[in-house]
Amino acid sequence: MIELTGVCKRFGDQMVLDGVNFDVRKGETVALLGPSGVGKSVLLKHINGLLQPDSGEVVVDGLKVRHISRRELSELRSRIGYVFQNGALFDSETVYENVKLGITDDACASDDNYCRDRVKQCLELVNLPVDTASKYPSELSGGMRKRVGIARAIAGRPSYLLYDEPTSGLDPVNADIIDALVGKLQEELGVTSIMVTHDVRGAFRVADRLALLHEGKIKAMGTQEEFMGSKDEAVKEFLERDFDMTRSWFEFEATRSASPQH
Amino acid sequence: MPALTLDPRRYVGRLTLASTSHVGRISYLVVEMFRGLREWKVWVPRAFELTQSVGYGSLFIVLLTAAFAGAVTSLQAGYQFTASIPVYFAAGVIVESIILELGPVLTALILAGRIGARYAAELGTMRVTEQIDALESLGRSSVSHLILPRVIAGTLVLPVLVVFADIVGIASGWLAARSALDITYADFVFGARYFFRPWDAWYSLIKSFFFGLAITVVPCYVGFTTQQGAEGVGRSTTAAVVSSSVLVLFLDVVLAKLLLE
Repeated sequence: MIELTGVCKRFGDQMVLDGVNFDVRKGETVALLGPSGVGKSVLLKHINGLLQPDSGEVVVDGLKVRHISRRELSELRSRIGYVFQNGALFDSETVYENVKLGITDDACASDDNYCRDRVKQCLELVNLPVDTASKYPSELSGGMRKRVGIARAIAGRPSYLLYDEPTSGLDPVNADIIDALVGKLQEELGVTSIMVTHDVRGAFRVADRLALLHEGKIKAMGTQEEFMGSKDEAVKEFLERDFDMTRSWFEFEATRSASPQH
Repeated sequence: MPALTLDPRRYVGRLTLASTSHVGRISYLVVEMFRGLREWKVWVPRAFELTQSVGYGSLFIVLLTAAFAGAVTSLQAGYQFTASIPVYFAAGVIVESIILELGPVLTALILAGRIGARYAAELGTMRVTEQIDALESLGRSSVSHLILPRVIAGTLVLPVLVVFADIVGIASGWLAARSALDITYADFVFGARYFFRPWDAWYSLIKSFFFGLAITVVPCYVGFTTQQGAEGVGRSTTAAVVSSSVLVLFLDVVLAKLLLE
């Protein structure tokens, strides 16, 4: 379980997080919505200790991230897969070496046969051909780089997956592929996931619960219906922008549920 | 539009605060490097690779510079030394200048430009593209993976390059002295031996070790703390070369004062 209580973070004069309360239960997928530059990625980086809060507490699996030892933090990070916005692949290394770096267990990482098999499995899980392994990140398209980033994040068999804008910068087709992939990984691996996004449609497709970060605070958090029914002005304004799309999605889902094939 | 005013007290205060902050953060990085030494399985192979690439890659320009420095020292000695001074004195000046000063300092300054810029640009790019965050998010130490191999490679390579630079500088100095001073081989060797002390060679190596630290730790720190995209990487690269070169010159004075008096 992930729990943030009263988390504040300031960069210079700018208060980015101003008392954020946020929780994610085991096995669920939560979409963290909000306009660009509101601090969603900053919040995500607090969960695996890449950033430390000025005040407040981040608790993961009962461990207070701010107070744990270096070794505990390293172990915690090995249980949290992080998918970076632009992939953050090591550009001087091949896809194979990138994904292999995600194998966080030292004994497994030093076993060449295990690494070969695991890299192959991960690439297949993210629908990439196995021959991608020998390529360099610069030889891949944006969507493929994102998928390699996901493959690296799952290579260490994490309990949590944090996605930082996994569909940003992608065309709708590739964005749909990534959204479907997030759902598939959730089903097949049973991980707890947080997806930071400003894409309402994608969030509605994959998330069990949604939260909106606005002006440093979580303005609303709940199931899709609760979120849609929120009276908060910021939530209404944010949803209004994508209203037609969101409504279409609801109608599509309702039709699909009523259909005898499903 | 508010009037622009320059308050010297505020400027000095900010400068002091920024300098103190940099010193503190570099000290923290050095402590992290000592901690990272335990992870030798990570940094030894990478340091070995880098030592080869940095060493071979820098050899030509270092030797070329040393050859010109030796030749120019000889020619200037020939211009300044008159008949009233024994000609073997010039050999002493040439050899000692190269071993004590020109070999280590010129090599360090060349490497500050060559590998200092490279380290800062590499690490700066990795920082702004979140590759360093990615490494840390996988539970790996960015210091052991990225900084230690670079610092160790540069610090080991510099003294070796200085030895080569000294040899080539003295050889070219001797060749130039033959025409400029009309000095014989016997006189040159006599002059060189007359002024040379074994401590001079040690001094050259000790200096180059400290220079090696300066031209690797500073660029790594500057690159590691890069912010604000491509422009930030450019700024870091320039800052790394300038600050490590200044530090080399500063250390040159400090070490001369400490080790030669």
